[in-house]
Amino acid sequence: MSEQTSSQAGIRRILSGSVGRNVGLVVALLVIVAVGAITAPDTFTSVSNVLTILRAASITGVIAIGMTLVIITGGIDLSVGSVMGLASVVATLAAIQDLADQMHWIFIVLIALAVGFGAGLLNGLVIAYGKVVAFMATLAMLVAARGLAEILADRRTLQVKDRDFIEFMNIDLLGVDILIWIFAIVAALGWIVLNRTTFGRHTVAIGGNREAARLAGIQVKRHTMWVYAIAGLTAGIGAVMILGRTTAGTSTHGTLLELDVIAAVVVGGTLLIGGRGTMTGTVFGVLIFATLSNVFVQNNLSSSIQNVAKGVIIVVAVLLQQRFAKPTGRD
Amino acid sequence: MIKVDQELSLLDVRGVTKSFAGVHALRGVDLDIRQGEVHCVLGQNGAGKSTLIKVLAGVHRPDAGTVTWLGEDVEIPTPEAAIELGIATMYQELDVVDGLTIAENIFLGHELSRAGFTRRSEAAQQTRELLQRLGHGDLSPHTEVGSLSAANKQIVSMARALSHDIKLIIMDEPSAVLDTEEVKNLFAVVHELTSAGIAVVYITHRLEEIRQIGDRITVLKDGRTTATGLAVADTPTSELIKLMTGREVANVFPPAVPVPADAATVLEVEHLGLAGIFEDVSFSVRAGEIVGLAGLVGSGRSEILETVYGARKSTAGSIRVGGKKMPRGSVAAAVKAGMGLSPEERKSQGLIMDEAIYVNVTLPSVSRFSKGGFLDERTERKVTGEQIEALELRPADPDRAAMTLSGGNQQKILLARWLVHGTRVLLLDEPTRGVDVGARAEIYALIRRLAEAGNAVVVVSSEIEEVLGLADTVLVIGDGRLLQTLPASQIDEHGVLDLVMKGTAA
Repeated sequence: MSEQTSSQAGIRRILSGSVGRNVGLVVALLVIVAVGAITAPDTFTSVSNVLTILRAASITGVIAIGMTLVIITGGIDLSVGSVMGLASVVATLAAIQDLADQMHWIFIVLIALAVGFGAGLLNGLVIAYGKVVAFMATLAMLVAARGLAEILADRRTLQVKDRDFIEFMNIDLLGVDILIWIFAIVAALGWIVLNRTTFGRHTVAIGGNREAARLAGIQVKRHTMWVYAIAGLTAGIGAVMILGRTTAGTSTHGTLLELDVIAAVVVGGTLLIGGRGTMTGTVFGVLIFATLSNVFVQNNLSSSIQNVAKGVIIVVAVLLQQRFAKPTGRD
Repeated sequence: MIKVDQELSLLDVRGVTKSFAGVHALRGVDLDIRQGEVHCVLGQNGAGKSTLIKVLAGVHRPDAGTVTWLGEDVEIPTPEAAIELGIATMYQELDVVDGLTIAENIFLGHELSRAGFTRRSEAAQQTRELLQRLGHGDLSPHTEVGSLSAANKQIVSMARALSHDIKLIIMDEPSAVLDTEEVKNLFAVVHELTSAGIAVVYITHRLEEIRQIGDRITVLKDGRTTATGLAVADTPTSELIKLMTGREVANVFPPAVPVPADAATVLEVEHLGLAGIFEDVSFSVRAGEIVGLAGLVGSGRSEILETVYGARKSTAGSIRVGGKKMPRGSVAAAVKAGMGLSPEERKSQGLIMDEAIYVNVTLPSVSRFSKGGFLDERTERKVTGEQIEALELRPADPDRAAMTLSGGNQQKILLARWLVHGTRVLLLDEPTRGVDVGARAEIYALIRRLAEAGNAVVVVSSEIEEVLGLADTVLVIGDGRLLQTLPASQIDEHGVLDLVMKGTAA
């Protein structure tokens, strides 16, 4: 009896928590997992396959965390994919210079992060102070960063020669690869920033009502700039991860990645008009797409069918959002 | 010339009720409109004005009651049916399409065509005639509507109404987006319409406008008609306020408290100007003093307040708080110096409607409730809870979304925001817009208490009565200039209007 009531209270607590608010996403993920478990019983449910899914989700996931902040302010960043490509090229170029032997691999990481952060900061400056619409400003960055990466790489694939770096990026911690750890850490940091810091509060305030935030004394422009810088930084982290995974930098890294990232964020319940969104939702959004891809691969279905399915999921998710996210004010 | 029989009933609404999900928006509304009259419908926000309009426009269907049109009982199930009868509606958010030309907008939905091809030149010709009728023959039918001012968009919307054979046009707060000159033009157009036999239902909460154009008045309060068919000329303003709010003007305002003679001057504004809006405005406010800005719509009242706050960048003059000169156009600096603004538009400028009460209350001071950038929501909720108790804010739940509160309680959130932050200068723009009776008196009392606690308070209101009732000192503003500064006890509503008329004529 008492056991039953305590378990009910437990359920209630879970439902009112962040997982509960994303209950639709949990159900969607479970449905996809069930389909996978039924159609590919031998391979899908193995631990190694779960790790494969998480590994596949990790880069999109890290960048989606930064993108969530941007979209909550009511903005968009289309440039994350090509900024990741540019950062991977610049970092590998630095590492294959003659100096490379004397240079610690940590510089590869720092350079990639700096390129990402710098590109994001530039986006932020143009958007916040130049008053250019985010869509256009980041579209320009998308094109320009990709072009710059092609020039720098001379359209070649640049091998990362630093053994230590590659070794580090392939470390297993408790049986889980470092890429997945990075995703987990970035997601946790993103959650803390959004929910537990004044930075996060200001981000939500700006997206919820920009003018009210300004009149309350919040420095809207400066804040907006930093949010894009953070998005760029996550693209830089993505560059480090893809360098570790592919051991090569190329200007084609991250092509069309921005679409996957935005889709995951939106499916995760973040409103494109801003003001509302959760990191937990974003993580679920990323996992839903990664799991879906995996189910298709396990069943030897083409990526074309996979894309159709993705499209359907995006539309359904947005339709559901509109139905449930409607403000309940009068008239 | 069309013969207008002003005694003939055009529209007769009796006992109309409407509720949404159990909430009564209209509890019994009567309204009779005569042909060719300007009938003002007055009421505070939430009184049911918008719902009434939508019933007449065929957007909402009433739950009970009758609508009689030219002596016959009718139903208005759809917007098309309303147009068919001859009722056109001009909403606040104008329903014009920015990307189309004036002519295309006017004939949108009933394009002049032959065999599927639009007859552009004929549409242009008819558009020219319609614009001419409205006194705007200078507008070209081929101009894109997006490039027009709000006033001219209204003209397009009216021309569209006229392109149908209408007998009644409902205007929902049309002056809200217009400046003084444009309001004059609007009134001229309204006269043009009525002399052609078209009746106008003019919705507003600005009592000052009714005197200028209204024939008769209907007052709504809490979804009921409290008075209908009052002749404008015979009804004093105090009577209208009483009908709208349900209480005597004198009882609404807290007694004035004399400002101590040794009170320090906190806010000093010198020769402040904003190019094209206002110029050479100087005044000072002492701790404990309430200064009110009185003036007509478009006189520059709100702009002065916003410029003092740094939300607009001044082009001349200086602002000092506690003797310290403020940088131009910096809200952050103003807030830091101890200024707080409760803006004119609560929804679009004041609150984050989706967020909880406590988030809205701590918006400017959230850094203070955090340690090293990390939020302390427990303290935020506690502090908000204290304000909820002190201000009798309802519902008394810090986690409730601002959206779910009434206008009066939303206003209390804004006051609580600056109470928590701690201010020296409090700027209040339309502090009681959309606030109902009981809450109004509470908010006045609260503003007085804030002044007594040592704040220098500046209040802007479109209701001159409110400024006179609340303020110690009144600044009369006309056409972007400060016409006179004098103690509130030495002037009445007529005196203010006189000053404004003389000042703007000069």
